[in-house]
Amino acid sequence: MNKNKKYQRLWLLPLIVSLVLFLIGINVNEPQRVLEQSWNICLSCIGIG
Amino acid sequence: METIRKLIQTLAALLTNGYWLFPATRNIYQGPMKIICSPGLNCYSCPASTTYCPIGAIQQLLLGVRFTLESGAFYVGSYVFGSIGLIGALTGRLTCGWLCPFGLIQELLHKIPSVKFPTIPGWLRYPKYGMLLFFVILFPLFLTNEWDMGDPWFCKYVCPAGTLEAGIPMLLLQPDLRATLGLIFYNKLFWMFVFLGWSVTTSRPFCRTTCPLGAFYGLFNRISLIQLRLDEEKCTDCGICAQVCPMGIQFNKSVGSPECIGCLRCLNEACTFGAISVKCGGLDLQALNRAGLRKAQQIQAASQIDQQGGN
Repeated sequence: MNKNKKYQRLWLLPLIVSLVLFLIGINVNEPQRVLEQSWNICLSCIGIG
Repeated sequence: METIRKLIQTLAALLTNGYWLFPATRNIYQGPMKIICSPGLNCYSCPASTTYCPIGAIQQLLLGVRFTLESGAFYVGSYVFGSIGLIGALTGRLTCGWLCPFGLIQELLHKIPSVKFPTIPGWLRYPKYGMLLFFVILFPLFLTNEWDMGDPWFCKYVCPAGTLEAGIPMLLLQPDLRATLGLIFYNKLFWMFVFLGWSVTTSRPFCRTTCPLGAFYGLFNRISLIQLRLDEEKCTDCGICAQVCPMGIQFNKSVGSPECIGCLRCLNEACTFGAISVKCGGLDLQALNRAGLRKAQQIQAASQIDQQGGN
C-alpha cells in the first residue's frame, strides 16, 4: 500500500520536467520552427525523392 | 465502453486530419493549428493533417541541429519532447489506445475475418525502443552527409503511417512526383504492406513491435496520472484478461507494463471479480469501474451460456 502511495504522486515529476522543457521550447521560439517545418511537404520523409 | 473508445478514436482521427479542402488545393494544410502536437502517430505531410507529428518533428529538428545552433537558435526539440512528455505524464500509453489514428487503422484491419495469431515472440517487443533511440534520435543527429545534414531515418525508411497517410495521397494529388519514385519509396511501401497485412492476423503489430511514440509513452506507464491498477486480493489469476488484451499481455502479471495501451478491455470484458480498476492520481474512478465490472459480468455470463449451449 505504501509503495502504491509512493507511485501515486510520481507523475508530477515527469509532468514538471516536461512542462519546463515545453516552456524552454516556447522561450527559444521552437514552435515557430516546428510550424515552418510542418507547412512543407518533406518528400524524403514520405519516401519520395 | 468499447463503442465509446471507438468513437473517441474516430473523433481524434478526424480532428488531427480535419483539413478536407486538400482535394481542391492539392496541397497540405498550412494553417496555425500545426503548432499543436498530434498525440498519436499521424504524418504531418498527410494532406488532411492539422497537427504536427512529434516523431517527424523531433527528427527534423535534430537532423539540422548543427545549422540552427551555429545560427544562434536553440532548436533541440525541447518543445516537442515537452509536449509528448506532458501527454505521457498524464496518460502514459493510454493515448495509443484512445487517440492514435494509426492504431485505429490497425484495429479496423484486425476485424477482417481471418486466421488470428494473437501472440508475437517476446523479443519483438524491443525493436520499438531501438527505433526511438537510433532511428529517431541518434541517427538523425550523428549520421550526417557532406553538408552536415542528417536524415529523418524513421520517416524515410520505416514509417508505414507516413506512406499510407502522406506518400500515397501526395502521389495521387501531385502526379509530377511520380517521376521521382525510387527504391526508398518501394522499401517504405513494402513495410506498409507488411504492417497492414500483419494487422489482419495479429492485433496492433506496429504498436507492439516498432512504434517509437508508443515506446516513449510506455516509459510513463508505471507513474502516469491515469493508471490501471490491480487488487491482488480480488484477483483469481483466471487469465481471461490475457485473452481479451489486444497487446497480448496478462494484466495481473504485468501491472504497469509499458505494453499496456489502456484500452480497458480487461476491465470491461474480462474481469468479473472487480480486481482491475482505473485510478486517476490514486483516486478510484468508481463509476467507470462499476460500469466496467457490470459489463464484464454480462459478457462472461453470456460467454458461459454460449459454451454450455455448444456442449
